[in-house]
Amino acid sequence: MLVQNLAVLVLAGFVGFAVISKVPNTLHTPLMSGTNAIHGIVLLGGLIVLGLGVEGTLNKILLVIAIAFGTINVVGGFLVTDRMLGMFKPKPKAASSQATDGSDGEVKR
Amino acid sequence: MNWVHDVEFIQCLYIIAFALFIYGLMGLTGPRTAVRGNKIAAVGMALAVIATLLLPGMGNWWLIVLGVVIGTVVGVPAARNVKMTAMPQMVALFNGVGGGAVALIAWVEFRHSNGFDGEPAYVAIASLFAAIIGSVSFWGSNVAFAKLQELISGRPVSIGKLQQPLNLLLLLVAVGCSVAIVAGSSSEILIILVLVAAAVLGFTVVLPIGGADMPVVISLLNAFTGLSAAATGIALNNTALIVAGMIVGASGSILTNLMAKAMNRSIPAIVAGGFGGTVTASAGAVEGGTVRSTSAADAAVQLAYASQVIVVPGYGMAVAQAQHAVREMAELLEEKGISVYYAIHPVAGRMPGHMNVLLAEADVPYDQLKEMDEINGEFSRTDVTLVIGANDVTNPAARTDPGSPIFGMPILNVDESRSIIVLKRGMSSGFAGVDNALFFDPKTSMLFGDAKASVGTVIEELKAL
Repeated sequence: MLVQNLAVLVLAGFVGFAVISKVPNTLHTPLMSGTNAIHGIVLLGGLIVLGLGVEGTLNKILLVIAIAFGTINVVGGFLVTDRMLGMFKPKPKAASSQATDGSDGEVKR
Repeated sequence: MNWVHDVEFIQCLYIIAFALFIYGLMGLTGPRTAVRGNKIAAVGMALAVIATLLLPGMGNWWLIVLGVVIGTVVGVPAARNVKMTAMPQMVALFNGVGGGAVALIAWVEFRHSNGFDGEPAYVAIASLFAAIIGSVSFWGSNVAFAKLQELISGRPVSIGKLQQPLNLLLLLVAVGCSVAIVAGSSSEILIILVLVAAAVLGFTVVLPIGGADMPVVISLLNAFTGLSAAATGIALNNTALIVAGMIVGASGSILTNLMAKAMNRSIPAIVAGGFGGTVTASAGAVEGGTVRSTSAADAAVQLAYASQVIVVPGYGMAVAQAQHAVREMAELLEEKGISVYYAIHPVAGRMPGHMNVLLAEADVPYDQLKEMDEINGEFSRTDVTLVIGANDVTNPAARTDPGSPIFGMPILNVDESRSIIVLKRGMSSGFAGVDNALFFDPKTSMLFGDAKASVGTVIEELKAL
């Protein structure tokens, strides 16, 4: 199992490099915030360990905190990224000065 | 309905989930697809959570609900209400809690398995790696948050020569205790020592770092949290965690590198700290110069008779919430037939792209926003350059003075333009703590005061002309 997981780990690293290296400067802040939201996936770790059963009050308290932290990371991260990106919509004024296919794309979305 | 609890079915859901993450991130490469990309990634996350809850034998539902509800109640309003200017520290905070979750999970894993008793060594190693990195990331991010929120001084706090040995010692304590745990010891004091040593390390590494380097640090910690999530995935044998964590680790590393390059700094040098600290005091190359101040009315006249104006926004503009006023002023100038551009330095603001977000919020069309390489040739053809709350990124000392701490950092060549107006609250030095020779240039006039109020007065004067 370890070897398979390590293979996945290495491949995911290369995928990360390949996908991200194309992001323009302008979108660096939303990108940071977006990837930040994705590592909130540690929430799953909390769910698994708590859901599949732990003994002891302290363990349970720690995991509830971990799940709360993970949820803040995920929910907050995606919301904040969405708010930031919402501001990047081309403005009507900008759209008129740009090529028309740009504004068409916007209408469809 | 037993098949929904089938582990292979759940694995398939995980595969769909991380495919959505990757597809969503690909969408983030362009402004037009970015909103959708982010939503796709969010759907992937929801799917991953649902898949996990379907695992056979899930229990403790009330506690799970409790945790998720607390997280939502805290996270949603924070994300909804945060001002765009406060975005960097918000990201730092969200990053920190992610790291905190990783560290807590590792701790419980230790307690639950009685010191990784009977677990393969790799589970213990991955968990302990996650514990160290997660704890560093949690406390480091909190310090970064406190610095950016100005709860503590943004200036570098130096512990002096002891700093490097201290950091090394803390790392050795954390790693040493981890080795003892892997070797078979199950004493809980060891894991607590690991977590505490890593926590103090988070403090001592981030505390001495100057505010100007903070974006790089947040990005680095972001990558760290990603890696620790991947390590948790190895320990729990969970593909979704491994893939998502590793993608963040890889992307965060790239971003960190890009930012460090933009400031002509190496990542080890930043982590070693002391930027703009004691060294700066000796770099008083601009002593004895005089500063010329101007009035809003004069500035308005200067602007009205220009044919090309470049606005250089910095964090000061964001703090003063002046971006809407700036946009209004730019529109007035354009009505007079003056071309207006915005010169965006890669690290203007406190995160890469921060200025773009703030100006986009103020309805500035993004074709007016020019990146450094694109605009630097234009300054010599520009009549008036308006520097609003920017400082270090315009300091010619970065080109001319090898003794300056920011020497070698690529800057906007503002000093090449025919005249310069600097809007500033006072004569304080920039975030890097370095004096700016630009302010003493004979072509420069200073318009002191709150940027928003100053720009407002300039607008009135322009209308009156």
